[in-house]
Amino acid sequence: MTLLSLDDATVAYGRDAPAALANASLRVNAGENLAIVGESGAGKSTILNLLLGLRAPTSGRVLYGDRPLARRDRTMMRAFRRDVQCVFQDPYASLDPRRRVAAIVGEPIRSLGIARGAALAERVTTALERVGLPADATTRFPHEFSGGQRQRIAIARAIVCEPRVLLADEPVSALDVTTRVKVVDLISELVASSDMTLVMVSHDIGVVAELCEQTIVLERGSIVERGATSDVLGAPRHPYTRKLMSAVPRLP
Amino acid sequence: MTLLALDGLTVRAGDAVLVDDLSFSLDEGERIGLIGESGSGKSLTALAILGLLPAGLAATGSIRLDGTEVVGARERTLNRIRGRAAAPVFQEPRTALDPLMRIGKQIAEPIRRRGLRGGAIDQAMRRLLAQVALDDGSRIARAFPHELSGGQRQRVAIAIALAAEPKVLLADEPTTALDVSVQAEILALLDEIAAARRMAVVFVSHDLAVVSRVASRALVMRRGQVVEHGGIQALLASPQHDYTAGLIASARRFENALERQMRS
Repeated sequence: MTLLSLDDATVAYGRDAPAALANASLRVNAGENLAIVGESGAGKSTILNLLLGLRAPTSGRVLYGDRPLARRDRTMMRAFRRDVQCVFQDPYASLDPRRRVAAIVGEPIRSLGIARGAALAERVTTALERVGLPADATTRFPHEFSGGQRQRIAIARAIVCEPRVLLADEPVSALDVTTRVKVVDLISELVASSDMTLVMVSHDIGVVAELCEQTIVLERGSIVERGATSDVLGAPRHPYTRKLMSAVPRLP
Repeated sequence: MTLLALDGLTVRAGDAVLVDDLSFSLDEGERIGLIGESGSGKSLTALAILGLLPAGLAATGSIRLDGTEVVGARERTLNRIRGRAAAPVFQEPRTALDPLMRIGKQIAEPIRRRGLRGGAIDQAMRRLLAQVALDDGSRIARAFPHELSGGQRQRVAIAIALAAEPKVLLADEPTTALDVSVQAEILALLDEIAAARRMAVVFVSHDLAVVSRVASRALVMRRGQVVEHGGIQALLASPQHDYTAGLIASARRFENALERQMRS
């Protein structure tokens, strides 16, 4: 089942600007974790913005299920927000420093009108439990947590409304390597234990190899290679993919 | 010849000890890695070597840099050795460069301090730009930092460090903010230049694979203390401390995932 897709989507920022994303088509299928790999300026964030419904393509379509995503259709967008949630790179910038963890994690439930009062509190507690944070985290503020714990809070907020797609933008690249392993394990476990499909933007091919079955390689706004991760990384056909693979520093 | 010797360096912020009794020394042409995670004190160590600790932090112990004691030295003394004895390259090339000054002028400044004048400055600058593989030298020299890519800016930052002809290069996460393909190029460049000039290098990084590419030995730091010190190959092959072993296992974990995908 296709949850989300891009159909020949092009994005240009400004009328005469070159396309940040050119004629991109892709499908997010249920149960197939998808990685979008590329370097700065490749168009990774543009794709994420499209998939999150944060902007419309200049031409082409974004499909939610089999229907074009209509950003003005409030009923559709409410269902969409519930189904598609995201986690960002910087755990220091993505949490409101003035709100307690309970309010941060409960926000999607509240704003989407899914539950209130005790039912809301219970969902928050469950989400925190699933990401491995203690129940008493609810009354604390983000600054009381380490980078890895903050990323867990961000993940709890993303999964609290049980989305079908989790979009993660470089979810572990700001973390220390030992923390990175733990958060990758957490994401992997959450995806395996629910009906959630992961779409991850990353430049870290090792993390991609660990989490995603499918990989798309972007270079300067174009999809240059795609397929099963083992094929793309194991036998890269495009010169850019080969260059990326050979540039990854390895331990001796 | 010993260029840099740290003996019992301790950095404190009030009662908190951020770097605890750190000692190591570095000879001409030698390259050492400081490996650690956030809060390990690795970057503070690099700043302390240049006498650039932020206000509120105090160093005790001794840092001898090219024969001069840095700890407790006056600004005048420090200004004489900064650049010539040791020059830094920082993580973020965006903030390391002056946004309002053309690149050429920023590179010319340390060259001028060496006593060169007029046409000689220009020549030295062109040589440097070529050395850091910025081919279109005259365009780059006229450009402002925002007109360059991240990789180009980091090459400029390296050129500025080299312009003072330092004996020790202090590189603090110099490739962390860069794309992997640019990182590979910059590491190769640093390697080549350090070898050609017999320059000593202190390379600060959280990335074991990157450090092993550049340094021959390394200190593993954790919460201000050195947990392990040795040749990089030996360190990776048979870590003596659990913390080092944990770091290596974490790094290997993703490499193994990659290997698995590549084989299947």
